[in-house]
Amino acid sequence: MASLAHPQQRQFNPYSENGGTILAIAGADFSVIAGDTRQSEGYSIQTRYAPKVFRLTDRAVLAVNGFAADGNMFVKKVKQRLEWYRHAHAKDMPLRAIARLIQTMLYARRFFPYYVYNILGGIEEDGTGAVYSFDPVGSYEREACRAAGAASSLVQPFLDNQIYFKNQRPAPGTSHPVHLPLPTVLSIVIDSFTSATERHIEVGDGLEIYVVLAKGRNLQGLEGIRGMQELTVTEDGERVFVVRRELKKD
Amino acid sequence: MDHFPTNWGRPRNDAFDAYATHPIHQRPYNGPKDTFADGVQHTQQPIVTGTSVLAIKYKDGIMMAADNLASYGSLARFKDVQRLHPVGQYTVIGAGGDMSDFQYIQHILEELSISEISAQDGHELGPVEIHEYMSQVMYARRSKMDPLWNSLIIGGFKDGKRFLSYVDLLGTTYSASTLATGYGSYIAQPLLRKAVEGYEDTLTEEQGRKILEDSMRVLFYRDARSLNKYQIATITGAGVSISDSLHLETTWSFAEGIRGYGAQTQ
Repeated sequence: MASLAHPQQRQFNPYSENGGTILAIAGADFSVIAGDTRQSEGYSIQTRYAPKVFRLTDRAVLAVNGFAADGNMFVKKVKQRLEWYRHAHAKDMPLRAIARLIQTMLYARRFFPYYVYNILGGIEEDGTGAVYSFDPVGSYEREACRAAGAASSLVQPFLDNQIYFKNQRPAPGTSHPVHLPLPTVLSIVIDSFTSATERHIEVGDGLEIYVVLAKGRNLQGLEGIRGMQELTVTEDGERVFVVRRELKKD
Repeated sequence: MDHFPTNWGRPRNDAFDAYATHPIHQRPYNGPKDTFADGVQHTQQPIVTGTSVLAIKYKDGIMMAADNLASYGSLARFKDVQRLHPVGQYTVIGAGGDMSDFQYIQHILEELSISEISAQDGHELGPVEIHEYMSQVMYARRSKMDPLWNSLIIGGFKDGKRFLSYVDLLGTTYSASTLATGYGSYIAQPLLRKAVEGYEDTLTEEQGRKILEDSMRVLFYRDARSLNKYQIATITGAGVSISDSLHLETTWSFAEGIRGYGAQTQ
């Protein structure tokens, strides 16, 4: 029986889950950050184009996945903090500092969390490609690759196998490479998303792949990629590119 | 962890405290001291509700449709309610969900418009700004666990650009060339997508009206909280225009022949 002491109320649920998947892979001198563009709720597709991957600076790209309203608000606040940093220090915030900033901002909401998984990719100050992944309350680590979101359970094992060579034995007298070349990484990313689209109903419609190249790195492996567009204006710093592809819409 | 042992429960042996003097002290309370705390009801539920809003992009701008019904549960309570509301010269906001919350939204947008006009700085709020403002309001209210219980579609046309976007009680936003709220998202959205996607720049006003009318008719046949009286708004380079109430023509003669649908003779 319902208690009479307190008025009975239906609880309002301030969260929702908007599907989609993101992933990022770090190379020796580049970083690739990708996400699909479908936004859904339940069995309904809300829109076929809602970006989940955002360029923060010329060397940092952030992918957000989970509750879309929280994600958009979080990205907005991170961008705001980065702008303040630029005004105060006349330079862009370094990647590892952005990572710590994100952890602090997420943990600040420990008791009413942003229901969002974040993956930050870009170029470190020493010129290496980096990926940082976060949980919704701010636990984070630097990794070589990470998948998050609706199809993370499909994609992460694939990346473990293809990037970390888990359960693979190198041919006698050889060893596994520590970093993969850019064309290989791009193929793995595209295959990950076409496969996730086949097997997960919340993944599909469009694919956005951001590529961040370290300072001075040539375009090796990017030339001739279909649907590629440069987002940076100068060639003497880190460079950011985006590749847009279609995914199946069913 | 409760650090006050006296809150852990009464001793098991009644002989130890036969007169119920235990616990001795009160557990300190450091929360806000509001005499009427039990009376403050944040989380509500929608009471008088509107159903679907539909919207499409077409050649000249944006077209939106909503019926004139405000329901009180299953009771068709108010049958002459306008759910398409103009804001400024470039924007229309259409609402489903709680109608008193919608009236409050109309009120805050009116206040916003007044303060913007008062500035006399030559700036005018377009659909982009109205949508951004509403999404921040809706998200802020959901974060206070005191949501405005609506699904809003904001459509407009300013500086030669069409704009069509959605925001709801959770602060979730998205835009697409066709949008629908409530039951419309299940029933009308597939029809709208089939008719509009890929034809956004060629659809004429006449074709757009036909698509929306047909969709509103399907909704009236299947959505038990809908009405055959509706309005259509167009937002184009020429400005905002919201029609008078229109009547949906429906056919029910087919029901006669379906057993279990119309009156049964045996």
